[in-house]
Amino acid sequence: MDDIKIRTDHLNLYYGRTHALKNVSVKIRAQAVTALIGPSGCGKSTFLKTLNRMNDLSGNVRIEGGVYLDGKDIYAPGVDVAKLRRKVGMVFQEPNPFPMSIYDNVAYGPRVHGIKDHGTLEKIVEESLRGASIWDEVKGRLRKSALGLSGGQKQRLCIARAMAVEPEVLLMDEPTSALDPASTVKVEELMKELKKKYTVVVVTHNMQQAARVSDDTFFFLMGEAVETGSTYSLFSKPRDRRTFDYINGRFG
Amino acid sequence: MIRKLADSFILGMIYGAAFFSVMLLVGIIGYVFVKGFPFVHWTFLTTVTSILRGSTGIAGNLVNTFYVAVLTLVFAVPVGVGAAVWMNEYAGGGWGVRLIEFTTQTLAGMPSVIFGLFGMVFFGGTLGLGYSVLTGSLTLAVMVLPLITHNAREALRAVPDSYRIGAAGMGATKWYMIRTILLPAAMPGIVTGIILAVGRIVGESAALLLTAGSGYLLPQSGRGLLHKVLESGGTLTVQMYLSMSKARYGEAFGIGVVLLCLVLAINLCVRLIAAYTKRIF
Repeated sequence: MDDIKIRTDHLNLYYGRTHALKNVSVKIRAQAVTALIGPSGCGKSTFLKTLNRMNDLSGNVRIEGGVYLDGKDIYAPGVDVAKLRRKVGMVFQEPNPFPMSIYDNVAYGPRVHGIKDHGTLEKIVEESLRGASIWDEVKGRLRKSALGLSGGQKQRLCIARAMAVEPEVLLMDEPTSALDPASTVKVEELMKELKKKYTVVVVTHNMQQAARVSDDTFFFLMGEAVETGSTYSLFSKPRDRRTFDYINGRFG
Repeated sequence: MIRKLADSFILGMIYGAAFFSVMLLVGIIGYVFVKGFPFVHWTFLTTVTSILRGSTGIAGNLVNTFYVAVLTLVFAVPVGVGAAVWMNEYAGGGWGVRLIEFTTQTLAGMPSVIFGLFGMVFFGGTLGLGYSVLTGSLTLAVMVLPLITHNAREALRAVPDSYRIGAAGMGATKWYMIRTILLPAAMPGIVTGIILAVGRIVGESAALLLTAGSGYLLPQSGRGLLHKVLESGGTLTVQMYLSMSKARYGEAFGIGVVLLCLVLAINLCVRLIAAYTKRIF
């Protein structure tokens, strides 16, 4: 049960002069949902992005300390970022299907990694769409544009797209904040389903959601991981005064 | 009461202006068609002017127009789109990009005859290509480059960042992402730029007269089709200019009709392509 998938060690991140993450040392368990909570600008999204090096995309970011996936430092020189992102997939806040067919969206990742065979791709597409509980809704229109789907369907399509490369970890950056309540329920159910196969890390501004879907919760404040632990204990008997204040709605 | 009067007066002016501009267009097109249509017959379109037979024909000019348009696009589109991709995706908005932007804007507003002068002296003289379809096409490529770059750049700018981030999140390399997502998404804008460029190519006379000359013979078949590129060749517009300067107005109007039809056909094609690409994405 206490299989550690990702571990960070005194992780510090600077955007120019801003010290955005301060000495974050946490452990993320395999096949569990870990929720990252905290007020806006607390560093939870930034932390999430360090886990598959999406911060590399923005300039003038400096990182100190280590992030270890299965014990290996992902910031070590010579690490293939494409391979890393295959292992650590990501779903974004705004559903962002590509302007192509539903099928091509899901097949995008496998094609990036060199899979060309039609039979294999078709199998992957179906499995991924089933895995994201959207297969029944789209199976009749796989060749139609993905942009015609509803917001909730788009987000589940993006989850399917992320799953298609068979990642080990799924990072989700406020995946339901742009969705209506009914779609949110579906995505939340999906998260519980996903942890059977994957390690899921989800950023949420919604504490009820964290309580509903996660096994572990990390509370971030001003770049610090103030309190980490099982969701149940963090919400029922927080050890830190700041955690208590936050979950009781005193700020944020 | 006065207010109402003023209102209807303004309204009348606006309607009048709209009516006037439409009538102007219809009038010119109508006039050209009436004057030129009698000249447009089978021999006019399919043969070249022959002093022996005493007939006039523009087949050579039609072929030259096609040559120049295609060759110009072959040079200008890869460079223009490539420059746009570099500026938007790689350069990161430094002074290099601003310099290129300034240069392209300046180039876009330059009178075409200056391009003609440059092309004649540089491509024709220094590079030794003489008066040829190739010299003309290279010259026009320089001329339409800003148009293609600008339109491609605008189209790329309109592609949401979430696509770029999403693709990077899947482990796609930058070039793979550009090839599979950005360029297809920007295609309508790129096509628009190409269409505008074709319009300028077909409509150009001064720059081409100085560089591609005014040859009106058809290329020989076989190897001659390729060799034509190194021979002189006047496009329809160049021929029209020459006909006018020799006071052969009927012939000029005939070419005018053909040009109008060509431009109309190109516009329709572009609209169709744009509609088609829209349906895919």
